[in-house]
Amino acid sequence: MNSGRVFEHKHFAHCESGVVSSLLTHHGLSLSEPMVFGLAGGITFAYLPFIKINEMPLMSYRMPPRSIIRGVQRRLGIRFQTKTYRDREEAQADLNRFIRDGQAVGLQTSVYWLPYFPPEMRFQFNAHNLIVFGKEGDEFLISDPVFEQVVKIMPEDLQNARFARGMLAPKGYLYYPVFIPPTIDLRAAIRKSIGKTTKMMLHGPVIFGVRGIYFMAKRIEEMGRRKDPRYVKLILGHIVRMQEEIGTGGGGFRFIYAAFLQEASDLLQQPLLSEASVKMTEAGDLWRQFALACARVIKGKTDQIDLRPIVDLLRQCGDAEKKVYQMLASG
Amino acid sequence: MKTHETPQDNIKTLGGFKKALYALDEQGRYRTCATSGWEVEEIVLLDALADYDRKAEEARQKVLEGRTSPIEYFMYMRRMDLMTLTQAMGLFRWQVKRHLKPEVFRKLNEAILQQYADLFRISIGALKHFEEDIH
Repeated sequence: MNSGRVFEHKHFAHCESGVVSSLLTHHGLSLSEPMVFGLAGGITFAYLPFIKINEMPLMSYRMPPRSIIRGVQRRLGIRFQTKTYRDREEAQADLNRFIRDGQAVGLQTSVYWLPYFPPEMRFQFNAHNLIVFGKEGDEFLISDPVFEQVVKIMPEDLQNARFARGMLAPKGYLYYPVFIPPTIDLRAAIRKSIGKTTKMMLHGPVIFGVRGIYFMAKRIEEMGRRKDPRYVKLILGHIVRMQEEIGTGGGGFRFIYAAFLQEASDLLQQPLLSEASVKMTEAGDLWRQFALACARVIKGKTDQIDLRPIVDLLRQCGDAEKKVYQMLASG
Repeated sequence: MKTHETPQDNIKTLGGFKKALYALDEQGRYRTCATSGWEVEEIVLLDALADYDRKAEEARQKVLEGRTSPIEYFMYMRRMDLMTLTQAMGLFRWQVKRHLKPEVFRKLNEAILQQYADLFRISIGALKHFEEDIH
């Protein structure tokens, strides 16, 4: 499916929802980033003690990579052509062909290999999404959703980024929409996805959703008694980085979801959703207070760490979110 | 968060570029706005980086004392731990652990050294002549 349109770069808060919103809009289905994020059920909370990153547990404020691409397909009946490659050269040849044909494509890449990222950010994170939409000389033109402007990259750098190894290895993952249904019942899709999100956040297994937030609060409480201050500071920093670094829109994706609820309220003419949006904003603000409290502890020179205010704030985040989902479930 | 409350702390870890985030305008409507970063992000990122730097410095000392190989130093310099390095190299943990032994490291063949050098984005010479370079 070739749109025949000139590709237009936009600046987004999160990479995967940004890429999907851009690609769909490019192909004539104008959906905002919050709408894509919300429809795909992008929000979550999970505290996964058995997945270690730098000897620290993984916590996530959003669903795993590729779930937004999968989510919009399931929810809206859109179809994406997706491809992974075993052969690097074949992947490169394919990409060149798409670009020659004027087909903008989404790619999964590793931030570690993207030279245009600030050096401080170049960690081994293998699930960064971007769009390639053209070539200028030898360099590819990249619409990286978390960057304000279009950026350029040399083919060998892009190859490295597409074939980085390790957790969530992209294996050259490439995607673009091939089918968009002529009529889409957005209202029904919104209701369904909100229902699914609410269910997960209220009734998921103990390490997920609202109970996951309380679970993490308890873990931090215990940690204060057992671990040395250096480790406590590192893990608090780790939590905040998952919540605030690139692509979260601040407040660990809570503001993007609040924006989705606001848009949904307009579409469905349901004031309840707008109220839920206000509540979700409050939850996002609380998450930011929590991050601020963590940063103060990290910056503090003392080893006498008082974790109570942090744990309290975290429980308040849990309480605030619980109210949002209960409100959504009642509507 | 309101648009006028969005942090504009010009943090250096963002290297001058701006992120987008969603905030409420005067009418209570959500819209995207650009932020030059929040001090909180900078604090936590710099703290994490300082931890890697500290580990890298320890590794450098250990190389001098003949207790580890330069691979460990560059692993931390490139913000990785043993598991990340192992996965990024496509090797087993025990293999990488062996490569951290100075006597095994000295006998490593060019191909595997090149693979490490590529991953660390350094020349193979920087890996092979690490000890002479830091003396």
